[in-house]
Amino acid sequence: MSLLEIKNLHVEVEDKKILNGLNLTIEKGQVAAIMGPNGSGKSTLSYVLAGKDAYNITEGDILLDGESILELAPDERAAKGIFLAFQYPVEVPGVATMTFLRTALNAQRKLRGEGEYSTPDFIKLVRETSAKLGVSQEHLRRAVNVGFSGGEKKRNEILQMAILQPRLAILDETDSGLDIDALKTVSEGVNRLRSPERSMIVITHYQRLLNYIVPDVVHVMSKGRVVKSGGKELALELEAKGYAQYADEAA
Amino acid sequence: MNAEVRAIKTPAEQALHNAYEGARAALPGKGELAAMREEAFKRFDAKGLPHRRVEEWKYTDLRALMRDALPLAAPPDAAGKSKAKDAGKVFASVDCRRLVFVDGAFVAELSDLTAELGLTIGSMAVALAKGDALVAAHVGKVFETEDAAVALNTALMGDGAVIHVSAATVLARPIHLVFASGETPSSGFIRSLIVVEKGARAIIAESHESSASQVNCALELVIGDNAQVDYFKATQTRGLHVASLLLTVGAKAQFNTFALNSDASLVRNQSFVRFAGEGSTGGLRGVNLLRGKDHVDTTMQIEHAAGHCASREQFKSVLDDQSHNVFQGKIVVKPHAQKTDTKMMTRALLLSDEAEADNKPELEIFADDVVCGHGATAGALDPGLKFYLMSRGIDDKQAEALLIQAFIGETVEEIAHEGFREAIMTAALSWLEARG
Repeated sequence: MSLLEIKNLHVEVEDKKILNGLNLTIEKGQVAAIMGPNGSGKSTLSYVLAGKDAYNITEGDILLDGESILELAPDERAAKGIFLAFQYPVEVPGVATMTFLRTALNAQRKLRGEGEYSTPDFIKLVRETSAKLGVSQEHLRRAVNVGFSGGEKKRNEILQMAILQPRLAILDETDSGLDIDALKTVSEGVNRLRSPERSMIVITHYQRLLNYIVPDVVHVMSKGRVVKSGGKELALELEAKGYAQYADEAA
Repeated sequence: MNAEVRAIKTPAEQALHNAYEGARAALPGKGELAAMREEAFKRFDAKGLPHRRVEEWKYTDLRALMRDALPLAAPPDAAGKSKAKDAGKVFASVDCRRLVFVDGAFVAELSDLTAELGLTIGSMAVALAKGDALVAAHVGKVFETEDAAVALNTALMGDGAVIHVSAATVLARPIHLVFASGETPSSGFIRSLIVVEKGARAIIAESHESSASQVNCALELVIGDNAQVDYFKATQTRGLHVASLLLTVGAKAQFNTFALNSDASLVRNQSFVRFAGEGSTGGLRGVNLLRGKDHVDTTMQIEHAAGHCASREQFKSVLDDQSHNVFQGKIVVKPHAQKTDTKMMTRALLLSDEAEADNKPELEIFADDVVCGHGATAGALDPGLKFYLMSRGIDDKQAEALLIQAFIGETVEEIAHEGFREAIMTAALSWLEARG
């Protein structure tokens, strides 16, 4: 069975149609890139998968392990293994990063009927994981993302992903706002998490990120649907020819 | 002719009038003190309870809110004293000298009166009766105001604490004034005086709890030059609670006040603060947690009468259900108070569409070289923040609790004393937990 199946998904925001009969299947362990021009619905897809409200699903379904997740709240989806690395991670003043990570991890484990992490085990887990991603202890003490640079925020997203160990990670334009060194660190962090048990959806505008996170498949989105799928060479072709050729296909 | 045409007294005003007439002869204090009571009562009686057309009381219309005035509290009985042993839990985790009051009356046998060098503790009723010099020098004189609630307190003041901390004394422990209530709802007029002399250091805490009583308390606090005072007040009362802080601070002194109102049904906390000497710093902060039909009014008048002083005011309120929070903050900078530096911030977090927050910051500046800022916000929880937390597996209620905790935490974190900081955060968290 595929891990994720999106079937004929239609989504509106404030009466504006954003997703328009989108079909997409993600296999277990697969890394799928989703590319497409601005306004093609990539970010909407990521939010709809994570369960943000304000999106009106008028038709279609999203199946995880063959079961619909449309009725599930964001926290229940997280417990089932869905993780969204935000394009713009929000600052949460007053909530220390450590408290946040621990509350999240234990809440997920509780929903799955697993035991809570003990304090020493949790601290060890965070220390080891943050060291690999170059996230300092100082950052862990601060409030979530408050005063972090763009690169630090993205690194913090990958840290959360590494600690929460999702089965389906959605990376929404993780490359935006990163310089080349930060891009490398973040990509290495993502690559370390590749496993036959974990699927990823890598949303990006540019082929550049895909030099570091090499996808198994590439899907092209335009006007709220997938208009072309292919191997990693499809990304190079897009880089050379641009998105203009797909502009009419979805119409 | 400037006589005010007054309507017939409300039942509460009539009851207060009768209470004063009945108690006048027995109220402690003679001579000047008795004259001060008489004058204060006449002032109150002429205008009556403050109401919505009195600007300072616009949002807390006492005339409408007080259907009746309860009888004056009787001296505490054994049951009341026994109950008071468990009072003041909010600060029980901090090692304090406890001074216990039941229905406003000082209860020596429940209080810790261990001798300490430089510290004098007494009962206000006793001090008034014997014409104590400290009381004669300060009561009614720390911050003169026309306020009706203060006038009523002066007219009917019964008991309270009189504390003197002599120059350069550093108190070994914080003092906790525990105000408990007996079994019978009553009305109480509590007056306290605390004088912290030059270079002394004191931490004072005050907790109020009652089921249905009507309490009007006033604290006159004198902070001498180079002195340091921290003052905490926790109010968890289900009756009517009107509190006035009258504060004068000398030169190069430091003070911080923190007020917590949680599960308090009807509170007016008013502060009158005067910076009388140069180079002092003061912070007034607070957290209000309201639900049901709770009404909490924080009103302050901060007067910078001397230059080179800094004040910080920061108040956070969380409002659920149909509760109502009021913040009125007025900063007055006198003509010669140059280099005054003030910053006032009040923020309300509305958890319900039916809750109401009124924020009214005011500045009156007569000096030309000052930095004065103020800000006020009222809003709901940020759905973007909530979604971010939930997308990591944290459920709806826990996400809200974390965000509320963070909202009030910003202000609670400003408390330097670890014990009080934790005690106040613990009280706030138990309010949050009760939210379910």
